[in-house]
Order: sequence, then C-alpha cells, then structure tokens
Amino acid sequence: MSGIAFIKPDQRIIARRKEIVAQLAEFVPSDCLVNDPRELVPFETDGFTAYRRVPLAVVLPETTEQVSAIMKYLARENVPVVPRGAGTSLSGGAIPQEDAVVVGLSKMTRILEIDYPNRIARVQAGVTNINISNEVDADGFFYAPDPSSQLACTIGGNIGMNSGGAHCLKYGVTTNNLLGVKMVLFDGTVVEFGGGALDAPGYDFSGLVCGSEGQLGIVTEATVRLIAKPEGARPVLFGFDSSEVAGACVAEIIGSGIIPVAIEFMDKPAIEICEAFAHAGYPLDVEALLIVEVEGSDAEMADTLVRIVEIAKRHEVKVVKESQSAMEAALIWKGRKSAFGATGRIADYICMDGTVPLSQLPYVLKETGRIVAEYGLRVANVFHAGDGNMHPLILYDVNDPEQARKAEECGMDLLRLCVDAGGCLTGEHGVGIEKRELMHHQYTQADLDQQMAARAAFDPAWIMNPSKVFPLDARGKGKTAA
Amino acid sequence: MTPDLVPESEAEARQMIAAARAAGTPLAICGGNTRAGLGRPVQAEKTLSSRALSGIVAYDPAELVIIARAGTAVAEIEAALEKNGQRLVFEPMDHRPLLSSQGEPTIGAIAAGNISGPRRLVAGAARDSLLGVRFVNGAGEVVKNGGRVMKNVTGLDLVKFMAGSWGTLGFLTEVTFKVLPAAETETTLAIRGLLDDAAVTAMAHAMATSAEVSGAAHLPELVAGTVLGGKLGNDAATLLRLEGFEASVAIRAGKLKSLLGAMGEIEELGAADSRRLWREVRDCIPFADGTQKPVWRVSMKPGQAHEMVMAMRMQTGASAFYDWQGGLAWVRMENDPADELVRREIARHGGGHATLVRADPQYRLLVPVFQPEQGPVAELSKRIKAKFDPASILNPGRMVQGM
Repeated sequence: MSGIAFIKPDQRIIARRKEIVAQLAEFVPSDCLVNDPRELVPFETDGFTAYRRVPLAVVLPETTEQVSAIMKYLARENVPVVPRGAGTSLSGGAIPQEDAVVVGLSKMTRILEIDYPNRIARVQAGVTNINISNEVDADGFFYAPDPSSQLACTIGGNIGMNSGGAHCLKYGVTTNNLLGVKMVLFDGTVVEFGGGALDAPGYDFSGLVCGSEGQLGIVTEATVRLIAKPEGARPVLFGFDSSEVAGACVAEIIGSGIIPVAIEFMDKPAIEICEAFAHAGYPLDVEALLIVEVEGSDAEMADTLVRIVEIAKRHEVKVVKESQSAMEAALIWKGRKSAFGATGRIADYICMDGTVPLSQLPYVLKETGRIVAEYGLRVANVFHAGDGNMHPLILYDVNDPEQARKAEECGMDLLRLCVDAGGCLTGEHGVGIEKRELMHHQYTQADLDQQMAARAAFDPAWIMNPSKVFPLDARGKGKTAA
Repeated sequence: MTPDLVPESEAEARQMIAAARAAGTPLAICGGNTRAGLGRPVQAEKTLSSRALSGIVAYDPAELVIIARAGTAVAEIEAALEKNGQRLVFEPMDHRPLLSSQGEPTIGAIAAGNISGPRRLVAGAARDSLLGVRFVNGAGEVVKNGGRVMKNVTGLDLVKFMAGSWGTLGFLTEVTFKVLPAAETETTLAIRGLLDDAAVTAMAHAMATSAEVSGAAHLPELVAGTVLGGKLGNDAATLLRLEGFEASVAIRAGKLKSLLGAMGEIEELGAADSRRLWREVRDCIPFADGTQKPVWRVSMKPGQAHEMVMAMRMQTGASAFYDWQGGLAWVRMENDPADELVRREIARHGGGHATLVRADPQYRLLVPVFQPEQGPVAELSKRIKAKFDPASILNPGRMVQGM
C-alpha cells in the first residue's frame, strides 16, 4: 500500500544524523541508544504494518530526567520526535519518519506505588497494561481498561490512544481511569497534571492529553485507578440466526436496565476463524454470536443471567451456552481476544475501528457486508456491541497490490459509513496516519482549527509526532505541511 | 437579574460573540445563573445567557444518550430520563440550597462546571459522561467536538477540556451526555459513632470489596443531625450506598454488614430515605444554612482529607463532612476563608486542591477561588485560553485573575 502521504523528511536533519546521535549518547547509557541501521529496522513500523519508515535514531531513556534532556536538545535542533510505547498501534501512531528520533518507553517499566486504601497505582509509562492488573491481582484489585493487546501494550501508549477494551462497557476507557500524568513537553519542561484526587484543579489537562496520540508531549508516569475485583465473572454465549437479531437483542438487554460488563459480537466468519484457533467451543451453525459477561456473587450472576436469557429467548436465540468452569470462561475470552491474531493466520487484514450509535448497528452491519462485497473482498466482524465500537476485519492478500489498494479504499468507505450513521472514525485505535485524511469527513475546518490551536499551545513548532492525526491539507502556515 | 444577551439559536450566539469580540466587550457567561456566586466575580459589561437555547434535541433510551441544547433545564432532562427508567449517573449537584440562589440550573452549566455528585466515586464525573459538545469560541466560531457515541478517540478530546472550564473557553450551545439505567432499588448502611479516621478506614474497606458501593460519605457528630430532617440523630454516621436489583442489593448489604459490623452499630435505611439522604449529601445540605459563611470544597486522596481538616481545625474554627470515601471534604469556616491556611495544609497532607464554593463577593475578589496554578502549568493555561478566546472576552477572571 502506498496511499498515505508522509511529511517530506528534512534532508538537512538527515545529513546531521551522526552529530545528533553523538549528542543523544550524552544523555543516556550506551545500551539505551539504537543507532545501527539493522537494529533500527524493528522500529520502522508498528501494528499498522503496511507502512514503514526507518527513523534517524531510537533512544530508550530510563528516567523522566533523561526524557527531558533529550527533548530539550531535539527541540533546540528542531528535530521531530515520535513517541513509542510497545509499538502495537493499529493506526500507525508510532510509525516514524526518516528525519525523526523515536523516543521509546520500553525501559521505563517500574511500578512506583500501589496504594490500596486510596485505590491508586502510580507507574512509569512503559509498564504493560496487564502488569498493573497482575501486580494487584492477588490483593483483589485490577486495572479496568483491557485492550486486546494488553499483554504487550504500555500504559503510555494506552494514554496516547485512550485505549478501551472488552470490559469498558461497565468500567470506562483509559480517560475514565486515569487520575494524573507526569509529562515532558516538547522543550523538556516537566509538568504534572492531576494526581491522587478524583478531580484536578483548573483545566482538564489529563483529559486533553489522553487520546492526544503523542502530540502534546511524552507521558513518563501515570496515576491510575484500581478497582476491587468482582467476586466472580461469567461469560455466556448466545448464538443467533442473523446479525440483525443479535443487534436487536443487545439493544433490549441494555434498554432493560442491565449493563453487563461486556457484550462482544462476532459474525459467522469471525466465529469460524476464532474457533479454529482457540477451540473455545463456539457454535458453528449460527450467523452471529454474542459473548455477554456478568459479574458478582453466584446468586447475583444467576439472577442477572435469568433476565438476560429471557430477553435472548424473545429474540429467538438458537444456542445458549453458559461457561461451567473458570477454564471454560477463560477459553471463551481467549477466542475473542485472539480474534485479530487468529485472523492473521488465514489472511492479511486491516482492522477498522469506527463507532456507531447502538440503534444503527444492524444497518451498519448490513451496509458493511454490501460494501465489502462490492470490492470483491471478505470481511469478519468482531466487536464491542455494547458500545457500538465496530471492528470489521477486511481480509486481503498483501502480496497482491490491487487487493491491497482495494482493502484500503474499502476500509475508508466503511469509516465514512460509520460517520454518516452518526458515529465516529475511531473508538479506540486512534487516527494515527491511517485515518488522518478522513478527519475532514467528520470535522469542519473550524473544528480542526480549534484542535490544532490547542495542540499548538503545547507544541508551537509541531515537532511532536507531526505526521499524525491532522490532515496535511488542513494545516495552516507555520505547521508542518506535506 | 435579566441577562443582556439571550440568543435563541447557535447562529445568533455566534453573531453576538463575534460582535463582542470586535468591540472588545467582555461577557459574563451563564445558563440559569444559579451558580453565579461560584468563582471570582467576572468584570463584564454584558451577560450572555444560554437560557433560550432550550430543549432536548434527541433522546432514544435504547441508545443511552441524550442530546440537549445548553440552556435546557436540568429538571427537564431528569424528568425525561426518569420516565424511561434512566438517569445521569454522575448525580449533578444542585447549588441553589448552598448558595441561596434562585432560577433553573441548566444542563450546559453542568458541563461547563463539571458538576458531579456522590456517585462520582465509582461512576465518573460529569466530564466522564459528557460525550459531545458544540460551542462558540471567543473568536465567534462554532466548534463541535466528540459526538454521541461512547467510545471516540477521533482527534483531540476538547470535550473533557470544556468540562470544568466555567465558560472561559467557549459558550456551550449543545451538549451530549451518556445516560444509564436507574437502579431498581437502593439501600444505605449507616455505621454509627465512628471518629473520622475510623470512618475513613471503614469506607476504604468497603470500597476494597466486591460489594459495588456507589456512595461512601461520612457525617461527623452533629453534622449527621442536619440531614433527613434530624432523623439520624446527632451521632456520627458513615454512609455506604448500595444500588441495583433488589436481590443483589440484599446480598451485598449482608456482606458489608458482616465485614464492618465489629466497627460499630449499623443501621439500614430504606430506598426512600436513602434517596433523600444522598440528594442532601450531594447538595451540601449540612452547610445550606442561608449564611455566607465560607464553604470550601477540598479534593484530596481519600485517606488524607480528614487529617488535613484536623490540622486546620487546630488553627481556626471550621466544621466538615466527607464524600467520595473521604476524598471530598466540604468545609465550612466560622470566620474568614483562611485560604492560605487551607491550601498550606492540603499541600502538607499529600496534595490536592480547594475551591471556595461559597463566600461573600468581597472575599471572592481577593481570594483565589480556584486553586492557583504555578509555573509551566499556569503558562499552559494562559496559552490555551488565548487559543480559544484570543481577546479574553469570555468570563474574564472567573477562574484566574487577569485571564
């Protein structure tokens, strides 16, 4: 694929590579600087692998002070900076450019403070999402946002993309669980927003930073909320004869006053792919599957399940399968959480992330099928139905340039469909480079100008992750243009 | 007070603000004006109110979303939701009793002030339920941000940023809130006779269980007598609210009773009393005494606020009660606001911030009502304000003097 434009690299910076690398070496120990052309290759892309650019250098600081020194120097030299967590972005948020230094947080992995009475954790930004929950699990707590990539992805990256996950229907996404950040601004200034209290004074800077895709600064520490684990959790599978009926069932469950922890949806192709990989016991003779998870004590879960099963029966549910053991429950989730990986075994795919109002789900699913068929491609749908966050996986062959082009175009059509149905381009993956030009479809120039003005208050010279989020032709004078 | 400018459409609001910008006329921004007494007095030539931008734009209960024009009365929103068994989960405070103000609180002001209540502890603040906004910035441009879906990371999140900006960045014309099903029933456990530190321990214990407590407040001795018409008596009451389906509430109440029973006598309040009680905690009824005695809203780590209050009370006369597991202290001063003392003790006890919610206007002009910002954060706030309101005509000085 080659449809997405990058900002033209500044040859003057590239020509000074040696000198810049030598300076960076002053700020960090030698094992924190990646300079060898071969070793730079792994940093050329992220989870959005269709695009690659090898960066000028990669620096992996160990402290906030090191990040500050690096940023101060790079700002003075006007060298672009691309922040990177674990590089799992699905929208190209961490893809570098040839004249940029990647500042990676993979060495900042310390959990600094666990405070149970106040139910907060303070961690360095390179800590993986799952490690926070693992750290507090034995004491009966967890960190709620759980993106599918939680084994690898970092809390810093989660803040960059305001990551969600399957369980955010009940517990919210990153921004709802983040109390404060320590951040290094483009010029090396260290600031702290929020902290251990439930609300912060002044303007909500933590709220602005969350989801800002590394454009306002580099987050080095985060204070997040811990939540007491439920006594138990039980996923139940419901199989239906059509996606529309499954969608209507979701609407009625929620309308009835029940908010399950998660409602996940899979269509037939997704069921087949996941079942072949995880052997989770998914029924193969249905058109659509819902995984509904409830929480509480045994008696509470039983009570809630009776209500949900009654609703499902009104929607002619074909299969109801309750997990009988913790192992079965884990298998059910393994199937869902490995959906992207399992799909990757059978085909190349691009994963879309538009969100639509719940009432539009059946219409958008139908249209998705029609649009994908028009391109002569196949699609598997697996997504968070409770909050309308769609994840159609468009299957194609990466070695066939024509198919690749079609897949990319098809994806853009699906996102336009989501916006036109009253939704948005991205629910949790971010705009990155992938959806940058589509921002015009969702926002007016005045809308974008206000966002870019807020961005410029943090980074007046546009050196932070400059190729991302804002359409190149929407940027005015003084901002990095194509 | 009748506002000078009362636009009936977003286009009209845009024209009025553009004209004010051209003429350099500072505007005081309000909805129903029930919170005019909160914040620094604005030095404005004219008042611009959203009150005629009224009405629910869209509400489909199955979508869990309500879109309303900014001047819509909160009462109208809540009535529409209640009819469908739903609610604003963040439980917005009504400031009228505390501030002795008149008028109808508007939904736009809830967004602009990030006004939340007891359930904020577990269900987020107004900013967490706010999904989308439309506003006119200080340059007279209409801007939209966010939308009507629950997950949205499309561009910078100006929605959160507008929440709690108190009309200093833009004049809200339309807001979109997530709504949730109302609980089938609720009950409140009141542990009696605990001193503040024991109460904070009890609340932390309760929050560390799977009981899904949706409100945790502590009313010290004498304060307890000011709610429910005196029904609780004067003994300290540590309150834990449980909401949900009846069977589930009963199970969880049993669990908490056996966990905390050794700490003190536990009374259980029925659904009607429980609802009234939390409304009174929400609205700071213990200090709604019709006076102008200074009232601080102090936000700290849950385990720290009562220690800060104790240290402060060694030095001046004050009474306090606690919400949010102890992390939100409402403090009424007997004399002057003593802002330096309050903020010094907060800093000494692990940090946090204080807002002077009620005080005589002369104090509010002299004392920083909102927590003063320092260094680079203050600098960023200034730069942000200039990006949204270049001529500084929107609520100038409401949050920070000279900004």
